[in-house]
Amino acid sequence: MYLTASPIDLPALLLESRPSDGALCLFLGVVRNENDGLPTTSIQYEAYGPMAEAEMARIADALARDFPTVRIRMQHRVGLLSVGEASVAIAAVSPHRAEAFAACRAAIDRVKATVPIWKKEFHPDGSSGWVDPTAGTQ
Amino acid sequence: MKIRLLHFASFREAIGRDEESREVAEGTRVSELWSALGGEVPLFRRFPSPPPAAVNREYVPADTVLREGDEVAFLPPVAGG
Repeated sequence: MYLTASPIDLPALLLESRPSDGALCLFLGVVRNENDGLPTTSIQYEAYGPMAEAEMARIADALARDFPTVRIRMQHRVGLLSVGEASVAIAAVSPHRAEAFAACRAAIDRVKATVPIWKKEFHPDGSSGWVDPTAGTQ
Repeated sequence: MKIRLLHFASFREAIGRDEESREVAEGTRVSELWSALGGEVPLFRRFPSPPPAAVNREYVPADTVLREGDEVAFLPPVAGG
């Protein structure tokens, strides 16, 4: 399962390294206290659950092909998160750091691009809004 | 024929429900379903072209022909991470 309604289980992500592994690269996405100049108090993450699981599995398969020496674990949270909480975690292990960094970077970029997850930001004044990463680019 | 249509995030709020069973004509394409929804939801008419769509939990092109029992969703701009 790639999605979780509970806090991200880091020990589960930091899978046992093989004796040949010399690098573990961990990326955490964390809820920030502002976005585009607007203060944020919390973020509600909503997913199209079954498709998000399927899409993350497709991404994992593609990463395994693109980075054959790297093993990757990923988790994404859903539900209401406060500032400072981790919303997504990617762990990549490999014999050397270059592939681990590259695979970790590719993983988070692909997750953000295609996995059907949405976030609604809540502001201190009680207002809220859906985040649209494409706004201003069309 | 019947399809199952799911709504998420801003689209769910605009249409006021999270899923529905919908009757569509044989041969209906994803893009035609989106046009039909535009007749009901003003927000949807603001899109110059259909947003990314999924059929049976996989991204599909807008000219995809729907089949009986398909699970269909139009996806607002995704914002994971």
